[in-house]
Amino acid sequence: MADNWSTILRYLGEHVRLTIAAVVIGALIALPLALLARRSRWLAGPVLGVSTIVYTIPSLALFAVLTPFTGLSVTTVLIGLVAYSLVILVRNFLAGLMAVPEDVREAARGMGYGKVRLFVQVELPLAVPAFMAGLRIATVSTVALATVGVIVGHGGLGQLIVGGFNANFYRAEIVTGALGCVLLALFADLLLAGLERAVTPWTRVQT
Amino acid sequence: MNAFERAFVYLNDPFNWTRTDGLGIGTLLREHLVISVIAVLLAMVIALPVGVALGHSGRGSGFIVALSNVSRAIPTLALLTIFAVTPIGFGNRATTIALAVFAIPPILTNTFVGFREVDRDVREAARAMGMSTRQVVFRAEFPLAVPLVMTGIRTAAVQVVATAGLAALVGGGGLGRLINLGFGQSDYGEVVAGAILVAVLALLTELVLVVVSWALTPGQKRLPFTQRRRASGVPEPTAAGVPL
Repeated sequence: MADNWSTILRYLGEHVRLTIAAVVIGALIALPLALLARRSRWLAGPVLGVSTIVYTIPSLALFAVLTPFTGLSVTTVLIGLVAYSLVILVRNFLAGLMAVPEDVREAARGMGYGKVRLFVQVELPLAVPAFMAGLRIATVSTVALATVGVIVGHGGLGQLIVGGFNANFYRAEIVTGALGCVLLALFADLLLAGLERAVTPWTRVQT
Repeated sequence: MNAFERAFVYLNDPFNWTRTDGLGIGTLLREHLVISVIAVLLAMVIALPVGVALGHSGRGSGFIVALSNVSRAIPTLALLTIFAVTPIGFGNRATTIALAVFAIPPILTNTFVGFREVDRDVREAARAMGMSTRQVVFRAEFPLAVPLVMTGIRTAAVQVVATAGLAALVGGGGLGRLINLGFGQSDYGEVVAGAILVAVLALLTELVLVVVSWALTPGQKRLPFTQRRRASGVPEPTAAGVPL
């Protein structure tokens, strides 16, 4: 019993670390990309186009193609997960920034806001709901996708699913892995929803 | 030789395509396609009527939102194994059912949204012209909803083709077996060959369905690939699009 828990916790830990790292790195790359895409409409097309193509590439294939370069390591899984989270994040970041009304921007400019202040104090807060929506989708689907990392031996809870499968269809282990993933995804989603509530106090003001 | 060169060699060897021990690329390709097509058709049979009924009446939007959110959180591997641990057993039947379940949410949500978004005035005009409910659904709402319904089917089909590759991890068939076997034998040439085949198949599915949905969409036709993007470059919304 105690033995099982240490195994489960180890895989759970790996799963959580992979998810957090993938979403954080994805967000750090996605923000500048979204800003760039918004600045020129020539870039917006290719950025969205590339993300659509990445979407169609199966995760198993992506991990498999990366393996000859990065080996059976966590890096392989991480690169794949970042690529997929990036796709979701860039779209949502871009949509959020585009949704800032032009009037608001004009008004801020009229009040003497410079480019940086306009971005940090006006555009960013207004785009937060769209950003958070993107982060939530990316996190939840990264939790689900991380299981595929089992193909290179770093799949977090996916390890339990396939491990149970290989151990003569040991159902308890399979179900533990599967249920663990779903619970982790729900927990992460709730956490981010709470965070969104905390950073956007103005949406709760009673009128 | 690096893995890509070996994959190229592997794909160019006629023996690998035609071998008859069940591991020939031709056999696996057919298996992959049969599983995927049946799964998508099964999902369409279930999701389309429900989506149309809910979208037409405009009820159940809470259910749809919850479904599309929850479906994102379910790990594919888990779903693939769930039916296998029930009396259905392991193998292609369990895989096909799992993939069908997996394809339902995108089709259902997109159909629902497509029918829901039909302009109220259009619906009332159709009714005022004496159309019965059936006629309103099939002759007024359906043509207007086709683009979104097809987007749903396309998303689902690409997901299914991509996910069917995972089935090999849990005892199913299809092109994923090449990847799995390659890993087992540390033959990365075979792994990459399998990966390329699955990826190309997924991209082809997308391409074919883009053309189909273009052909099915009533109204003025423009070639899908020459169409100018909207100048603003606003990303189109995706419903429950989980990359796989």
